[in-house]
Amino acid sequence: MATVADPTIVEFDVRTDEMLVNMGPQHPSTHGVLRLVLRTDGEVISEAVPHMGYLHRCAEKIGENVTAIQFIPYTDRMDYLAAMNMNLGYALAVEKLCGMEIPEKAQVIRVIIAELNRIASHLVGMGTYGLDLGTFSPFLYAFREREMILDLFEEVCGARLTYSYITIGGVHDDLPSGWTQRLQEFLDYLKPRIEEYHTLLTRNHIFVSRTAKIGILPKHLAISHACSGPMLRGSLNRTSGDPDWDLRKIEPYSGYGAYDFRAIVPPFPEAPPESVIGDCWHRFYVRMLEVIESIKLCEQGLKRYPTAQGTHRADLPKHLPAGEAYVETECPRGQMGFYVVGRPSKDSVPLRVRAKSSSFCNLSLCDELCRGCLIADIPAIVGSIDIVMGEIDR
Amino acid sequence: MTSAEIISILDQKFGDRIKAKNLEAKDPFVVVTPTDLVEICRYLRDDARLGFDMLNCVSGVDYLEPDPKKAAKAGFDPHMEVVYHFQSFRNKHRFVVKVILPRWKDDKAGELPEVPSLASLFNIANWHEREVYDLTGVWFTGHPDLTRILLSDDWVGHPLRKDYEFPLEYHGIRGR
Repeated sequence: MATVADPTIVEFDVRTDEMLVNMGPQHPSTHGVLRLVLRTDGEVISEAVPHMGYLHRCAEKIGENVTAIQFIPYTDRMDYLAAMNMNLGYALAVEKLCGMEIPEKAQVIRVIIAELNRIASHLVGMGTYGLDLGTFSPFLYAFREREMILDLFEEVCGARLTYSYITIGGVHDDLPSGWTQRLQEFLDYLKPRIEEYHTLLTRNHIFVSRTAKIGILPKHLAISHACSGPMLRGSLNRTSGDPDWDLRKIEPYSGYGAYDFRAIVPPFPEAPPESVIGDCWHRFYVRMLEVIESIKLCEQGLKRYPTAQGTHRADLPKHLPAGEAYVETECPRGQMGFYVVGRPSKDSVPLRVRAKSSSFCNLSLCDELCRGCLIADIPAIVGSIDIVMGEIDR
Repeated sequence: MTSAEIISILDQKFGDRIKAKNLEAKDPFVVVTPTDLVEICRYLRDDARLGFDMLNCVSGVDYLEPDPKKAAKAGFDPHMEVVYHFQSFRNKHRFVVKVILPRWKDDKAGELPEVPSLASLFNIANWHEREVYDLTGVWFTGHPDLTRILLSDDWVGHPLRKDYEFPLEYHGIRGR
């Protein structure tokens, strides 16, 4: 009789064929209802196919059945972590179609609010990324700070997640009295906290070994997949002549051209020696540095606010004109585009509303990034793409 | 580079194969036929002056007024448009290309109109075209895997068509 130690029997018991593993849609590290079908050879991924649509509500169909302004609350529910930026993108598209002029005061408020939401969104991105990689504490720190931003938003518009505050023609209400003071106090509180996050995550030895040289995205692939936001910027290299690819810089909207900030493009002198441009660590670090730039933008906005001319909202036209307009804005996750087509018959309901999601384009790279990685690297790669399923499925 | 310059470059190269151009629109565009689409898009991508290496958005637009009372005043004839929004990473400019199609191929209801796929030129076209096929109902010939992407595989119809009828039930789930 063969014993357990007999090597031939052990050989025959090991199954060496490829295996299909379902990851999600209820997996905690897939950020919402993303389902990945992984074809694995042992621990190594040979194919990772994302399946989405679990959160699909056909917002585009709703958009062509309601008036332009009624659609604002639906844009909140696309990227629900950056609802203000979604509102802004759609409002700008309708304003471009109507040829509206936005008063300076409304533009300043928009910049302050959009950048504040970018901070909140990147904080969640950072916290949940830590969670994916098995550390719980940064999540708590991130949500402590995000809670304060939500309190500020609640004062402005009454809501904590789906704001519908930035609207067509400007913003819904002026800032409440004393709010700018409280925002300044919050920014002063936040600035020294950034260093804490770096200690907790960015320079953490375990975090660096989980993210450095993992999921390397070359620039040509990022461009062919129309990637944007931190995903694309993390793969650029300033020393080889890549531009400051940030829509706030290259196509300034809402008066961003007058603000002093920089687009975050590698290389970073403080990068750990084992990391390379385009890996998960760089994508994460781009987000962290963008928080600092957003703080700078908020402070500049606060300085401009008391002297800004005009009101917080321009008058709306009676109906949408015929024609079409496509606007992309720099949202926390990349370039979110809205394409609005007006009807030739004078009507306030658009003929077509198209939302182009940045996470959708970024996620399309999932297969190419995951191929050849270990199963344990999947949370690191998918987390570094920083997807929000509400935006992908719409 | 301004849109007028882009259009004049295309005019020089392709002449009357550029079927229509609109410089007054908010985003100036040209209209091309489906047969010329791949060649013109390859030129848009590879010419150094144009350099449109990012295909940011592909949208299908269904021009149809389903209400017969309003159809006379709608201001357009029923047709389908596929709109390609390009952006150049090198030159930081944008451009729009449109393809105009009949709503149904050969006017046979149920036969999807056909456009050649751009998946061989831009990797992202794979997913964008799957979404347009899924929601608007345009068939992209030469696409490596033209399946539904947002809706489930057994879904019937294309919801962003104006004459789409909402299902009464789906696997025992009541609609409407």
